[in-house]
Amino acid sequence: MSTPSKVSIDAVGKVFGEGEREFLAIDRIDLEVPTNQFVSIVGTSGCGKSTLLNMVGGLAEPTFGDIRIDGRPVTGPGRDRGFVFQGYSLFEWLTVEGNIRFALEKSQLSKAEKAELVRHYVQAVGLMGFETAFPRQLSGGMRQRVAIARALVYRPSLLLMDEPFGALDAQTRGMMQELLLKVWEEHKVTVLFVTHDVDEAVFLADRVVVLASRPGRLKRDLAVPLDRPRRYDVVTSPEFTALKRTILADIREETLKVMALDPA
Amino acid sequence: MPNRPTVAEEAAHGRADRRKAEKRAGLFRLREPIPDSIFTSAGFVVPALIVLVWLAVTALGLVRPLFLPSPLAIVEEAWRQASTGILFSDAAVSTYRIMVGWATATVLAVPIGILMGNFRIFEGALEPLISTVRYMPVVALIPLSILWAGIGDEQKILILFLGTFFQMALMIMDNVKTIDINLIRAGQTLGFSNAEILRRIILPAALPGIWDTFRITVGWTWTYLVVAELVAAQTGLGRRIMDAQRYLATDTIIFGALFIGLLGLITDYLFKRFGRALFRWTADR
Ligand SMILES: Nc1ncnc2c1ncn2[C@@H]1O[C@H](COP(=O)(O)OP(=O)(O)OP(=O)(O)O)[C@@H](O)[C@H]1O
Ligand SMILES: [Mg+2]
Repeated sequence: MSTPSKVSIDAVGKVFGEGEREFLAIDRIDLEVPTNQFVSIVGTSGCGKSTLLNMVGGLAEPTFGDIRIDGRPVTGPGRDRGFVFQGYSLFEWLTVEGNIRFALEKSQLSKAEKAELVRHYVQAVGLMGFETAFPRQLSGGMRQRVAIARALVYRPSLLLMDEPFGALDAQTRGMMQELLLKVWEEHKVTVLFVTHDVDEAVFLADRVVVLASRPGRLKRDLAVPLDRPRRYDVVTSPEFTALKRTILADIREETLKVMALDPA
Repeated sequence: MPNRPTVAEEAAHGRADRRKAEKRAGLFRLREPIPDSIFTSAGFVVPALIVLVWLAVTALGLVRPLFLPSPLAIVEEAWRQASTGILFSDAAVSTYRIMVGWATATVLAVPIGILMGNFRIFEGALEPLISTVRYMPVVALIPLSILWAGIGDEQKILILFLGTFFQMALMIMDNVKTIDINLIRAGQTLGFSNAEILRRIILPAALPGIWDTFRITVGWTWTYLVVAELVAAQTGLGRRIMDAQRYLATDTIIFGALFIGLLGLITDYLFKRFGRALFRWTADR
């Protein structure tokens, strides 16, 4: 196939620190992500998932290799990408609407168009009636919905999510996964989704990438051939279970490796 | 949907409201809430008890008035100072010195703290110096301050400035540093420039913390007041106390100390109130 990749990660490595404390966090990762693919990235804690995502987001610079988006090298953060962080990271002094509108400030749209977009995304993430609430007044799941709306409202073509549901309880997490898929089906974008949760990774993605630890490397690249739209009960299907088993075995192997490296 | 029975109806059915029983269960249960009214009054009971003991000790003549005058003597002293007007002129002079000293420290500490909190180079350059200097005993600098600033108000203001500035700069650096790094990253992703991120994200995010630093440091200036008015002052609340020492006017000393404490408390309260009004988003629910 000759369709150009949305994201192409080419022999990317990252070294932290200098001199004695030099530390190779990521060692030569190659990854091609086609447009509108939903990719989950899993791996043990500290294997470099956030670092990889930050480099794609332009928030950190690769030490080696190149990252390209739509064929153009990444030189810094930009509005072609949306970022959802683990710890909500909302602007506490702005209302729900204010947070979402803030993301549109640098866009050329008219005031009315912006208002319409804000309204649309408030609705898409199910926050009608909470437009004027401050983040502090919302539950964890609601806060994360604001973050998702804020990352999507300016229509980035690439969405980067770093353990966005990590802080949520199991029920809320399940609801948020379904909501994310619903929004994604409506507004297709390419997604890189970092998570610890193997169920979540498989349920959401077209493809799961497992990273090896110390240094971070590509360990496995697995297609998820489950039908879309996904129903919540897909997690009990034999196909799902088989995929999950493979990934869990990989992660267990990596965890044991890390534990052997520094026995606590 | 069927209506829920009201509390009154529940009671009519012989189901007692358990809140009364709860109240009786006692005030000494680990970590359990107690009625607000009792909680608040308890705060008045302790000082009242102290005053009562004080009153008893002095009325029974157990200590000489020179060492501990009776609470009534303190009230008389308060009345004397208020009716002759010296209390208000003292308070006005001292408040002026505190405001100018604190404001000067703030005007410098805010930008310096913000620079140190955001740019490693400023932190590296200034933090070691400021961290060392802040342990300087301000009292020891009085002679120098007179040499530099004379014996007028400027000298008092300088002492108050020295007592707050360094600590405040470090605290503001911390206020800025502790904001969520991802807020800055979100701003970068959304296409904002560094200056915009500083003004529209870092500043509002750090402001509640900075305001709290203001509240704490302005409190310190009240405790520094006596030091500031230690020498070469004719008026001021601190001066009044130092003068009283010469005449062994214990009632003046005790009243003066209490009054400065009261003003400090009021300032603290005002900052808290304004803070709550300014940063409504920090309130829960
Ligand atoms: N700024 C930094 N300076 C030095 N080392 C860093 C820095 N950021 C990350 N590291 C190291 O690089 C490795 C990868 O970190 P990263 O945060 O990407 O891991 P992660 O896979 O996201 O882990 P987690 O699942 O716990 O979030 C870790 O060993 C971490 O200690
Ligand atoms: Mg991480």
